[in-house]
Amino acid sequence: MSPNRRDVLRGLGLAALATPLAACATTGRSAAPTPTVTAAATSAANPLGVNAASPLEVVIFSGGNGDKYAVDLHEAAYSKTYPQSKLKHVGTQKVGTQLRPRFISGDVPDVVNNSGPEALDLQALVQEGQLADLTPLFEAPSLAFPDKKVIDTLVGGVYENSLIDGVPRVLQYTVGHRALWHNAKLFESKGWQLPRTWDEFNALGEEAKKAGIALFAYPGQVGPFYQVWNLVYTAAKIGGNKVIIDIDNLADGAWTAEPVRQAVAAWAQIQKDFGDKAYFGLDHTQTQVKHLQDKVLFYPCGSWLENEMAKEKPDTFEYAIAPVPSVTGTDAMPYEAIFVGVAEAFFVSAKGKNPQGGLEYLRIMLSKEGARGYTEQTRNLTVVNGVVDGLNLTSAVNSAAKAQEAAGKNIITDARFETWYKELFDYSQTQTNSVMAGRITADQFCENMQKKADELKNDSSISKQTRSV
Amino acid sequence: MRRHGFVAGFLLLPVAVYLVFVISPYVQAFQIALTDWRGVSSGLNFVGLDNFRRMFGNDSFWQAIRNHAVLLVAMPLATIALALAFAYLLNAPQGRPVRGAGFYRVVFFLPQVLAVAVVGVLFKAVYRPDASGVINGALIQLGIEPVGWLTDQTLALWSIIAVMVWQGVGFYVVLFSAGMAAIPKDVYEAAALDGAGRLTTFFRITLPLLWETVQVGWIYLGIAAFDGFALVNVLSVEQGGPDGATTVLATEIYKNAFGYSRFGYASALGVALFFLTLTFAAVTMRVTRRERIVY
Repeated sequence: MSPNRRDVLRGLGLAALATPLAACATTGRSAAPTPTVTAAATSAANPLGVNAASPLEVVIFSGGNGDKYAVDLHEAAYSKTYPQSKLKHVGTQKVGTQLRPRFISGDVPDVVNNSGPEALDLQALVQEGQLADLTPLFEAPSLAFPDKKVIDTLVGGVYENSLIDGVPRVLQYTVGHRALWHNAKLFESKGWQLPRTWDEFNALGEEAKKAGIALFAYPGQVGPFYQVWNLVYTAAKIGGNKVIIDIDNLADGAWTAEPVRQAVAAWAQIQKDFGDKAYFGLDHTQTQVKHLQDKVLFYPCGSWLENEMAKEKPDTFEYAIAPVPSVTGTDAMPYEAIFVGVAEAFFVSAKGKNPQGGLEYLRIMLSKEGARGYTEQTRNLTVVNGVVDGLNLTSAVNSAAKAQEAAGKNIITDARFETWYKELFDYSQTQTNSVMAGRITADQFCENMQKKADELKNDSSISKQTRSV
Repeated sequence: MRRHGFVAGFLLLPVAVYLVFVISPYVQAFQIALTDWRGVSSGLNFVGLDNFRRMFGNDSFWQAIRNHAVLLVAMPLATIALALAFAYLLNAPQGRPVRGAGFYRVVFFLPQVLAVAVVGVLFKAVYRPDASGVINGALIQLGIEPVGWLTDQTLALWSIIAVMVWQGVGFYVVLFSAGMAAIPKDVYEAAALDGAGRLTTFFRITLPLLWETVQVGWIYLGIAAFDGFALVNVLSVEQGGPDGATTVLATEIYKNAFGYSRFGYASALGVALFFLTLTFAAVTMRVTRRERIVY
């Protein structure tokens, strides 16, 4: 008997009921998919044991630096070494949206450049065992300097920043400098000197006011974190890097410490006396354009600034970096101290199809051609030491390099609560806007921040990180 | 029976699509709200009502609720009042409508065809706090201190409500116009013969006969008041600021889910939003229920 129409309809009805179940975002407890390829034997030429035939998938955040560098440099080099391997490149601006479902289903890419506003939460990934241990990479011989291990060719701070729960999981690829950016040509034409003390800073503020220039501005609408950085780095300058380390460790009273209060009060005073409240409602691009128009003297930001504003920058403007003036006469760090830190996260998937290939890909990124080529294409310095001699760099990068030289050992460390406890970081942005606009005092800022930090500390559902340096 | 089968056959596909893309995510949100899911694992770890407990103890949640309450009252009131006034002027059930009524109709409706993100960017320029802002530019020309439309805590939410009203009013003008056109002319003639003025006619004839349309409009607007995500995201400082003055539940959901990878907690907020919207719709239906006037 052939099925009649009613049977068919009944069947369809059942199918309709069954589909929602199949469409679930989560599929219940499933066993972790094991890597489908086994590692090849290691050798001098292949220290990480890459299986030459395994495919490799690379996901690159296509932001300010684009994703072309990866295709041209690193992927080309990988394909040259392993021509049998099928290489897949994905450029995206939505790392999280695109990859989250893939991590759930188990079909994960091997290398991920986890950047941008939608970057994935690394803690969450580590909790699920999704990130590969980078120890073999750091211990492998470097391609740039064959007699050294990879880790010994990198600037300080890379290893410390790679650790999550004590295991290296993430490679930060670029080096950046953050402090106060200004127009060197304007200073020259006006005959102004960079202020070294807070009194000189105020005096310059008066001069600038006469010329119709705001001494300082930060973007309050999108990008108040530039000022959060500025505040904590200034606090570190007053009280030493321990101030930031305590904040990151959620130590008792870290935010109510005197250096934090002094830094916040000092900057709130500058804003009150020489700032313009219009900037609380402007985004970073609008503020940076006004900076280029010489309406703002100092702008707190990082060394990517020149690249970001390259199209808008007039010839009358030359980006240069200046350390934050010393707030007190007894600051723990000298005037020259500036922030130098690492950024641009890359990780290798532990449950991917080719984790060894992923590690090898990172090793290629850290080769001489890989790192130097990256600096050439994106105007960003990488974490590999000594590979950019003779390159034609921008005035901003040159100025930053000079400032780093002057700072010597007095390097302000990075604040990691930004990625460790994003909620605290977001809260610090609203509090910064509040204190700078004069809605709360510096004391209230410290108290509010401390309260939030304590809340997170006592919340057992949030995994804690610690650092000693 | 044959006919029913035929109808069911046509319904199957849309119902299946609805089940998969609407009902099943709802069910899952309820499920995920009871877990501490962080968005990257395939398994779920149930934590009971923890997320809800956390939610009720959270200041941002209550701040969002307060903002929704303001939105819920102010936005529909302003929109409906304006839309009724405009629709009445454009249609003028008794007497002649204002000159250029067709032109105004197009002008009122125009914001409706713009995407919300476009409206957001547009008003970013309107509200810009320096001399380049549309409003503040004019104020500075007049020698008045510029106003921080979106940076002043007491003004920010109202500035955003104004944008919502501006964008929404055109649709309700059209909706109410259609309703007014359906009211028979002889009712107005009878009122006019009894010596009713324009205002009396509006409140005694037009509004009562339009009541069901207004009620529908109120529900639409109320549900819109529970959203507001796109405008808040584009316009407000620090996404819902200053100091949470403009935050809405959707903003909190977005931050927790995609910012802090706390999908469990975000789903709990979503469940709260679901019940709030549902309660609102039910209450409005009940409160505004009247005897149907048949004409």
